[in-house]
Amino acid sequence: MIPYTLRRLWQFVPTLAGVVLLVFFLFNWVGGDPAYLLAGKISNPEQIENIRRQLGVDESYPTQLGIFVKQIATADFGASWATNERVSDIFRTRLGPSLTVLVPLLLISTLLGMAAAMLVAYLRGSLTDRAVMIACTVGQSISILVYILIFQYLLAYRLGWFPVQGWGTTFGENLLRYSALAIIVGVAVSLAPDIRLYRTFLLDEIGQDYVRTARAKGMSEGRVMWVHVLRNAAIPIVTNVLLQLPGLLAGAFLIERFFGIPGIGREVILAVERSDFPVIKAVSVYVAIATMVVNLVADLLYRAIDPRVQLK
Amino acid sequence: MREQGVWSLAWSRLRRDRVGFVSLFVVLAYIAVMLAAAAGWLAHDWTEQRGVSYAPPAFMGPDLSAAAGLQREQRGPVEDYGIPDPLAPDLAEIAKGLSGVGGNEARSPTLAFGGDKWGRDVLKKTLKGAEVSLFVGLAAAALATLLGTVLGALAGFRGGWVDDFFNWLYSVFTSIPYLLLVLAVAAVVNQKGVLTVSLILGLTGWTGIFRLVRAEYLKHKVREYVLAADVIGASPARRMFVHILPNVSHVVLVQLSLHVVLFIKSEVILTFLGFGVGVETVSWGSMLAEAGSELLLGKWWQITAATAAMALLVTAFSLFTDAMRDALDPRLK
Repeated sequence: MIPYTLRRLWQFVPTLAGVVLLVFFLFNWVGGDPAYLLAGKISNPEQIENIRRQLGVDESYPTQLGIFVKQIATADFGASWATNERVSDIFRTRLGPSLTVLVPLLLISTLLGMAAAMLVAYLRGSLTDRAVMIACTVGQSISILVYILIFQYLLAYRLGWFPVQGWGTTFGENLLRYSALAIIVGVAVSLAPDIRLYRTFLLDEIGQDYVRTARAKGMSEGRVMWVHVLRNAAIPIVTNVLLQLPGLLAGAFLIERFFGIPGIGREVILAVERSDFPVIKAVSVYVAIATMVVNLVADLLYRAIDPRVQLK
Repeated sequence: MREQGVWSLAWSRLRRDRVGFVSLFVVLAYIAVMLAAAAGWLAHDWTEQRGVSYAPPAFMGPDLSAAAGLQREQRGPVEDYGIPDPLAPDLAEIAKGLSGVGGNEARSPTLAFGGDKWGRDVLKKTLKGAEVSLFVGLAAAALATLLGTVLGALAGFRGGWVDDFFNWLYSVFTSIPYLLLVLAVAAVVNQKGVLTVSLILGLTGWTGIFRLVRAEYLKHKVREYVLAADVIGASPARRMFVHILPNVSHVVLVQLSLHVVLFIKSEVILTFLGFGVGVETVSWGSMLAEAGSELLLGKWWQITAATAAMALLVTAFSLFTDAMRDALDPRLK
């Protein structure tokens, strides 16, 4: 396991180098001269030259790449172009709110999804199974935007059960008051794809020989489903949940934006709207690193709970 | 007995699948709408402000409370201290434009499925939006599939450093979450338009297809029919694209179809956020962007029209994809 881990860590190097090159290529080459963006409409050549010197974009490309690599190595991406807040501070303060929404969201949607998937997998081929599957297909075809708009309008604006948006100061208030509706919407959106996916995982296991053996020796159907099948199907499910996490960190931007949650995702949207390149660059690199680490952890975990898996 | 080709066999299997067959017709109907709208036969006049502002759908009847409120506003006397208001003519012009009555032609109080803030027909916007959204989905999926197939074929067939290089590229692209990558590219490109969005989505979305096609090529390149082709002197390019490609085309087709759905959904989100198609075009994303504030006023028809049109297309496309997968690869069932 240790040689494998070391080899995988070594493989991070070329991938990370690729991510750095890709981000650098996008922002320093395709993105054009940021000085014109920042200087605005009223600007003279002197001002533009000044801004270029401050940003370091008057240097040659290799020098700029060197600066970028140094920024990543020291985790110091400088200050946001839009608010002048330090990028490291932005990360530190925005991570908490993001996780306040995401962790309960992932837990609830996974548990609910597994329960529903167990039910339809157990009743496979029946009318209930088909009705749930059709409902899932239709539910998946509706844009996440519509879920957010309708839930916010009905539950918060019309019925007043939740605040429309906002963020408090204490963790309890944030979790129970301000994040609640965001979590409900997130669960509603992810339930349909989760049920479909977990159902295939469960059906794969139900078709296995050991299930037939367990039934043949007279084991109760409840024990077969809840102990034998669920434990084995839990392996791909847990891995799948783990792999979703880094993507969600930046991908929950729609939910964070609508409910006014000051998280990483909302910061990404704001940065894209304001052409705030340092923030987007930092988010891309950090999320890429997080993705690689989580992939490795998922593989190791897979190995730990399933001895059949051979890691090469 | 008559020999049947693989495609005609798949077609007859698809025809037996009732749900898949109906879905195919729905998808074809949408494509017909897209072509008709692109040719200007349908909804070409969607920008015309036919009705009053927020004209309700015809089956609900005209909105009486709004008209009454308008008259009350105009009645109020304005104290101007004897100084003529220099903006009065402009304000009158704006008020006329806003009220939607005293325009050049009389505006209709109701529209077939309601109107938006400027009195444009929501039904026509939905049809025109179908053109834009479906076109972006198809174009981006075609580009992503082309890239993924060619790169996957090269990597899987050639092996060696070519495989290493494209695998490296794959791991780089997949280590940044898809929507974050799309947003990052949208931020630097800083340009809107149907083609830009299709390019962004297509150039970032090829990775899943690449992985599957590469795996298929790894499997096929050592099969006997490919070795036999090698023996009789078929060039590598011929073996790759003439011999192997038809045998993996079912994977490619299913992926193409899956990605159309993915890209239609992505386009809606991008446009909603303001990084998608420009303001002079309408897509389901831009309709949903207007719908947020409309809902607060109780004008539900635009969000309903856009959501229903999109849900129907995406559901039909997904069901058709499932049916196509079953028809092309009966072992899976």
